[in-house]
Amino acid sequence: MLELVTTRDNPMIDPTMHVWGWEIPVYLFLGGWVAGSMVLAGWFMRQGRRPGDGCVCYVLPWVSLLLISLGMGALFLDLEHRLYVWRMYLTLQPASPMSWGGWILLLVYPVLALSALVSIPGDWLERWPAVKRLAARLGEATASRTLGHANIVTGVALGIYTGILLSSLGARPLWASAALGPLFLVSGLSTGAAFAHVISRKPGDQATLLRADNVFLAVELLLIGLFLIGLSTASAVHANAAALLLGGPYTAVFWVFVVGLGIVLPLAIQTLMASHRIPHTLVAPVLVMAGGLALRFVIVSAGQYSHWISP
Amino acid sequence: MARFGMVIDTRQCVGCMDCVVACKVENDVPDGFCRDWINQRLEGTMPDLRLTITSERCNHCDRPPCVSCCPTGASHVHEPGKVVLVDHGKCIGCKACLASCPYGARFIHPEGYADKCTFCIHRVEKGELPACVAVCPTHAMHFGDLDDPGSGLNRLLASRRHFVLKPDAGTQPRIFYLE
Amino acid sequence: MNRISRRRFLKIAGFGAGAAAIAAGTSGRLGAMGRQPAAGETRVVPTYCDICFWKCNALAHVRDGRLWKITGHPDDPLSRGRLCPRGTGGVGAHFDPDRLRAPLMRRKARGGEEWVEVTWDEALGFVAERMQQIKAEHGPEAMALFSHGIGGTFLKHTLKAYGSPNIAAPSFAQCRGPRDVGFELTFGEGVGSPERTDIANARCLVLIGSHLGENMHNTQVQEFADAVATGAAIIVADPRFSIAASKARHYLPVKAGSDLALLLAWMNVLVTEGLYDRDYVEKHGFGFDHFSAEIASRTPEWAYPETGIAPETIRETARLMARHRPATLVHPGRRTTWYGDDAQRGRAIALLNALLGSWGRKGGFYYPSSMDVPDYPYPPYPASARGKVDNPGQRFPFASEAITTGIREATRTGEPYPVKGWMVYATNLIHALPNEAETLRAIERLDLMVVVDVIPSEIAGWADVVLPEATYLERYDEINVELFREPFVALRQPVVPPPHDQKPNWWIARELAFKLGLDAYYPWTDIEEYLDHRLKGAGLGLAELKQRGLVRGPPAPLYFEDGVPAEFATPSGKIEFYSTQLAAAGFDPVPRYKAPEPGPPGSFRLLFGRAPVHSFSRTQTNPILRDAMDENELWLNASVGARLGLASGEYVRLRNQDGVLSNRIRLRVTEAIRPECVYMVHGFGHTARGLRSAYGRGASDAQLITRYATDPLMGGTGANVNFVTLEPGA
Repeated sequence: MLELVTTRDNPMIDPTMHVWGWEIPVYLFLGGWVAGSMVLAGWFMRQGRRPGDGCVCYVLPWVSLLLISLGMGALFLDLEHRLYVWRMYLTLQPASPMSWGGWILLLVYPVLALSALVSIPGDWLERWPAVKRLAARLGEATASRTLGHANIVTGVALGIYTGILLSSLGARPLWASAALGPLFLVSGLSTGAAFAHVISRKPGDQATLLRADNVFLAVELLLIGLFLIGLSTASAVHANAAALLLGGPYTAVFWVFVVGLGIVLPLAIQTLMASHRIPHTLVAPVLVMAGGLALRFVIVSAGQYSHWISP
Repeated sequence: MARFGMVIDTRQCVGCMDCVVACKVENDVPDGFCRDWINQRLEGTMPDLRLTITSERCNHCDRPPCVSCCPTGASHVHEPGKVVLVDHGKCIGCKACLASCPYGARFIHPEGYADKCTFCIHRVEKGELPACVAVCPTHAMHFGDLDDPGSGLNRLLASRRHFVLKPDAGTQPRIFYLE
Repeated sequence: MNRISRRRFLKIAGFGAGAAAIAAGTSGRLGAMGRQPAAGETRVVPTYCDICFWKCNALAHVRDGRLWKITGHPDDPLSRGRLCPRGTGGVGAHFDPDRLRAPLMRRKARGGEEWVEVTWDEALGFVAERMQQIKAEHGPEAMALFSHGIGGTFLKHTLKAYGSPNIAAPSFAQCRGPRDVGFELTFGEGVGSPERTDIANARCLVLIGSHLGENMHNTQVQEFADAVATGAAIIVADPRFSIAASKARHYLPVKAGSDLALLLAWMNVLVTEGLYDRDYVEKHGFGFDHFSAEIASRTPEWAYPETGIAPETIRETARLMARHRPATLVHPGRRTTWYGDDAQRGRAIALLNALLGSWGRKGGFYYPSSMDVPDYPYPPYPASARGKVDNPGQRFPFASEAITTGIREATRTGEPYPVKGWMVYATNLIHALPNEAETLRAIERLDLMVVVDVIPSEIAGWADVVLPEATYLERYDEINVELFREPFVALRQPVVPPPHDQKPNWWIARELAFKLGLDAYYPWTDIEEYLDHRLKGAGLGLAELKQRGLVRGPPAPLYFEDGVPAEFATPSGKIEFYSTQLAAAGFDPVPRYKAPEPGPPGSFRLLFGRAPVHSFSRTQTNPILRDAMDENELWLNASVGARLGLASGEYVRLRNQDGVLSNRIRLRVTEAIRPECVYMVHGFGHTARGLRSAYGRGASDAQLITRYATDPLMGGTGANVNFVTLEPGA
């Protein structure tokens, strides 16, 4: 029999770690959504879609600006020493994914702003001739493609760095997986695609986005599988962490809400939608997006609960 | 270059918490928080029982994950001594360092910054011992320079079986426990 | 019949080269004391601690006018420069937000805890008036003082000047009394406080019912750790696997209550196998033949079913003790009031040590010494016509000190004569005395109940007048003339002023004396004059002590081999293996074992002890110590827990054999305790409303101690005779 007694009872650390509440999963979800939106918008821009032709890729930047601001608001609320937040921007710490993230977020704004600017009708900008000229230049073919590339690159960075951040915190063995970064990116792509599919006005784009979302959902399943297998076959510490989702306290919420309702069910529905067996319905995209939110909450909560079990 | 560490004799330690109380008073640790603590590990069945008592704190690791994860550089390795410290004025309270520590050694101070054992660097720089080491009534605690081959620490490590906490976490802690 | 033991110690007069040499060595380090600090600097003031009775010498640090921390005095032979966790947290006593602030008088019925703040003049005037009334109607003996610690000195002086001989400390009848009497009956003197145990030099240390390491008597814990480090053979007998047990070479999980059987069996082995110190016994012993005949039948086989310890283990451990004699110390324990046969058990420990030849030998029991500091020349105290009330007719013939529960009984019954007034200093009688109901019934009979305390304790709640004392960090006190391995004199002096209207004990005692017309007994004008006068009588002075904190005297011989005369203040003048005075009084001349009464089926014997971060019931509101431990736990055997479906962390209430229900207490279900007993740390479960930060935290063992077994030899109250059942879902 093993009995462990401690005199420590520090807030947020004991009896299990819980330093991050709702703010971080909400930011991760919004950030992933924006990342996915940026990659998709960028892809359309690369295809040569011009402003004014009703492509969803010129609507998404506006939504993303709102969402990323909300996300950063959540991040700011999470900080315990808020007045010092500007310290993030006096340095770049090469080994700290959170430092990279701070700068990536800073980069996201101008990319989104320029992408949004392009979609503003020329006569609305009469009062600012320089801005009008800039918007026109960006709308040209090559600039549009460059802007598209910028969106894709920035979107990928935004979508993947958070997973890398979590995986760099080795003390939380549930997060110690190279699959986590790609998983968050693909989940963000899936969320972005689902949303874009809903707001798109062009049937051709809708179909493309639907098929893309199905691919993303399938890849997500694959990555989740690799994630769990990888942890379960690593050390005892990591297997113990994975067990939280494989019989432990987080099993039900993970398999029902994240996998079942968040991926498998909408994938089935959307597959049927894509082959026109059933009419289009909002249910599936909403499930996809809710599933993305659930994924963040479960991973963040279960990850903090996991700990290094060896003495 | 100096590399400060500790050697703690679990045989001498009676788990009296003098180290915890002294640290609290010396460093004004807020009510409800502690920078160091006592763990007891009891194994076996009556009467064949084995108790291991460890006085624990930040291990000032050689590979500190709390330093690499910090986005502002607030968490840093201080020279001389390679003591891991937090610059309060740079800390934004993001808590990545709390999540990165396998030992749970850090906490958020009510004033908002990340806080933990500092090896009483303010005392060490004046030639004194950390408060916990200085107070231990059973002389179970030893502090010194691990890079000094002649230091008392290295003599103790050479002469007794010892362990560190969670060696497989890969942080290379600098607090050694004599069995 | 009545044996008053004489404390024998060697007094060292004057200060020769020894003292000067010690002074020269330390002046460098202590030079900072007394000098005015610059801004931002720390002022260091030496004093001695009061969190427990050990009185370690300390250095209090004041930074920017605010009390900062307390560290050990580097020259202190008690603490060796390192305080225990309670002393280290002592600043919390000064900052405790729950502490008493001003004199209080009760507004309604006793115990209602409703007060009105008054001036010292009013409060002391009231007390004096009532005391004069009591004296007129019942005689001065009708006023009793319960006092704990050196801070009671001046109050005792006032009470004696007033004419009362009824002064008692709970530490005799509720704590160490049995073992002191047991040793007095055997060696002619008691064990002392601090105990004269030479743990530092012991090669074999036997702890039976002693939990050193959780019991934080500083010097002993330090010496214990040294013994562990140097590979001394440690044997621990305890129904609970204590910290000390975890360091032992041999851990014997004795059945609760069977310790005396184990002791007798050990002695049987030593005698039967001829392993005892023959020369020592021949030279110093009396009645050995009777003794060996008596214990001949107390074999390990006989002890096995009583104790649960295998006969081979009993033999092996006895042989181990013999191998290291005379440097084998069987620790006398401290709180030894367990089952009512405790003085005899204390005697058994004394006898075991005598067989091993450890008394007066290195590694066993040394002879302590103290410095010669003359008392202040007071007029003689008035003689009492009626004598003390606590032990009428000497019904406890071997009680060598006053019996607190005897005074309580006289108060409750009015026999042999009424006691109408109680003054209580620094002892929370509700937690210290067994059976709270008797204490409350006694208090009902009083015309005056005065409590002097630092915190609004449970006993203060029952007072007519509560007088707030300044903490040790805020006051002068009697000088400590320590009786120890190395003698010294120490000063307690104020470090910071009291934050409110609290006063030192000497001031309270003196002002009361003035109001009682006893000015003749306080001829000194202020405390510094008193202290300086006494110190000058020893060739020292107050200025020197204020600067240095303590002055050590030259060490005196400790052991017989160094020249201490091997004299024993017993009737035979020798170590009494057979006690004729016990036989004459109708008691067993050699201890005999009788198993204690078992409890009702399904119940557990309630055992209790100490935590290293708390003292009694007096530190639970100290914010620093409360942060270290804010509630106690109930230790319950793991198999029992499994059977009852209880796990660690759950809360239960305890109901004792008389139906008393405790406050909720958290469980610790563990392998480390035998199934027939449960264990908790003493001093929690506070019910005094003024102790806000400790109110309702944990459970009170004292509340559950409604039965006690009175020791017929000396009146000690054995408290380990209560049984509890568990009520889950609290």
